[in-house]
Amino acid sequence: MIWFIENFGLITGLTANHVALSIVPIVLGFAIAVPLGWIANRRPALRSVVISGGSLLYTIPSLPLFVILPYVLGTKITDDRNIVVALTLYAIAMMVRTAADALAAVPADAIEAATAMGYSTWTRFWLVEFPLAGPVLLAGLRVVSASTITLVSVGAIIGSANLGYLFTNGKQRDFLEEIIVGIVASLVIALVFDVVLVILGGVVMPWTRRDGWIRRRSVLPVGQVG
Amino acid sequence: MIEFQNISKRFPGGTLAVDDFSLVLPSHKATVFVGSSGSGKTTLLRMIDPTAGRVLIDGEDISGLNPVLLRRRIGYVLQATGLLPHRRVVDNIATVPRLNGVPKRVARRDALTLLDTVGLDRSLAERYPDQLSGGQQQRVGVARALASDPDILLMDEPFGAVDPIVRAELQVELNRLQRELGKTTMFVTHDIDEAFAIADQVVIFRTGGVIAQVGTPAEILANPADDFVATFIGADRGKRTLHLQHREGDSATLIVDGDGRPAGILGADR
Ligand SMILES: Nc1ncnc2c1ncn2[C@@H]1O[C@H](COP(=O)(O)OP(=O)(O)O)[C@@H](O)[C@H]1O
Ligand SMILES: [Mg+2]
Repeated sequence: MIWFIENFGLITGLTANHVALSIVPIVLGFAIAVPLGWIANRRPALRSVVISGGSLLYTIPSLPLFVILPYVLGTKITDDRNIVVALTLYAIAMMVRTAADALAAVPADAIEAATAMGYSTWTRFWLVEFPLAGPVLLAGLRVVSASTITLVSVGAIIGSANLGYLFTNGKQRDFLEEIIVGIVASLVIALVFDVVLVILGGVVMPWTRRDGWIRRRSVLPVGQVG
Repeated sequence: MIEFQNISKRFPGGTLAVDDFSLVLPSHKATVFVGSSGSGKTTLLRMIDPTAGRVLIDGEDISGLNPVLLRRRIGYVLQATGLLPHRRVVDNIATVPRLNGVPKRVARRDALTLLDTVGLDRSLAERYPDQLSGGQQQRVGVARALASDPDILLMDEPFGAVDPIVRAELQVELNRLQRELGKTTMFVTHDIDEAFAIADQVVIFRTGGVIAQVGTPAEILANPADDFVATFIGADRGKRTLHLQHREGDSATLIVDGDGRPAGILGADR
């Protein structure tokens, strides 16, 4: 506990950076994966390209990707932008299939009715397809969030100042308290993110707050996340 | 007035769903398309992009119109209600006015009035569609179709999914609305009884969107054009034929239908 109190400033700094490094990939990944998923549903050929592209991307181990990206982006190896880009790619890879499946599962009669009432393709997407896919998208996003927060730690190996530093440093010094603080702090971030996502989901999708709605309406595509 | 002029529709697969169909739907009247499944009724109702021929609305060829804007001028009631499950009843009804740029507050207020019009209690306004019965959902569907006050109302087997009692209720209600509002209505059904209950003009279809007979219910019942029509309405006519039955030791006369089920009593003195 003494180490924790004495290093409180360091820990909050690392935590803040960890949060910042996580938020950007989660948000960007979602924002890119949803339109990609929509495109994937237009044509079967596009679908296989997008889906297998996503799976392939996800099989690249994170550490080599962190090391390769500086050459591609022209950044320094210690630059946090490498981590943000790498994790955004993983977030897209994880999210794109869920997005495609979620959008494909929107009831056809709702889409047909919306078209018949005079929604344009664009407004129909935003006001009908996207919200109705929402619960499944949210489930996918929660997995992406947890996974991204975990992966940020790996960046500490190439010198990023985030909670992962407490694992690597604690391991080197064989100092358990530091490692535990690192684990607990990242768990707390993951938990807070998850709670925020669920609350946000309830705010933007008020119809899901009723008992049993999710159970009745949306079948989560099991085993297709990640 | 809606005019179909030599309409044909061939689907990409090659099916010729409608072949050289011509008909006038008079303004402010209900025209009912009746025919067995696959006879091209739905295809005609969605007549926005015929392969050949023209559709005129009040003399204007619709092929020159923007389909999105055209759809907002037409009220459409679908069989599976097509209510948006994530919108409250009041917002479902307000959909088309909102698309047309009516302010939210105004559109919602008008939606409440429409609940009265279709005979629903205003307390249902804040519910979601899956919290209503099938019959209530269909009424909301009708209210939604009426919301932009369109001249034209299209209804594709709108009461097909509700039970017979509710269905009869909805038919009565629709007749009342039709008298009050005088929309140019195109109604599709495969139930000849429903057609006769609602129509000013009945159109009986063979397959391929070919007209077997057009006329008022009375004209068709009195003079079926051919055997096909006679069979089509005849199968049901037996059921509709009421006759009287006297019962021993009873002053009342029982009215029974074609299946022998009692339908009412005449001259009972109690
Ligand atoms: N989108 C489509 N693609 C190909 N064939 C279709 C399509 N829609 C309808 N059809 C065919 O056109 C014919 C008429 O269908 P439809 O208009 O739905 O009949 P109804 O509404 O009278 O049951 C049927 O043979 C049907 O299989
Ligand atoms: Mg049909």
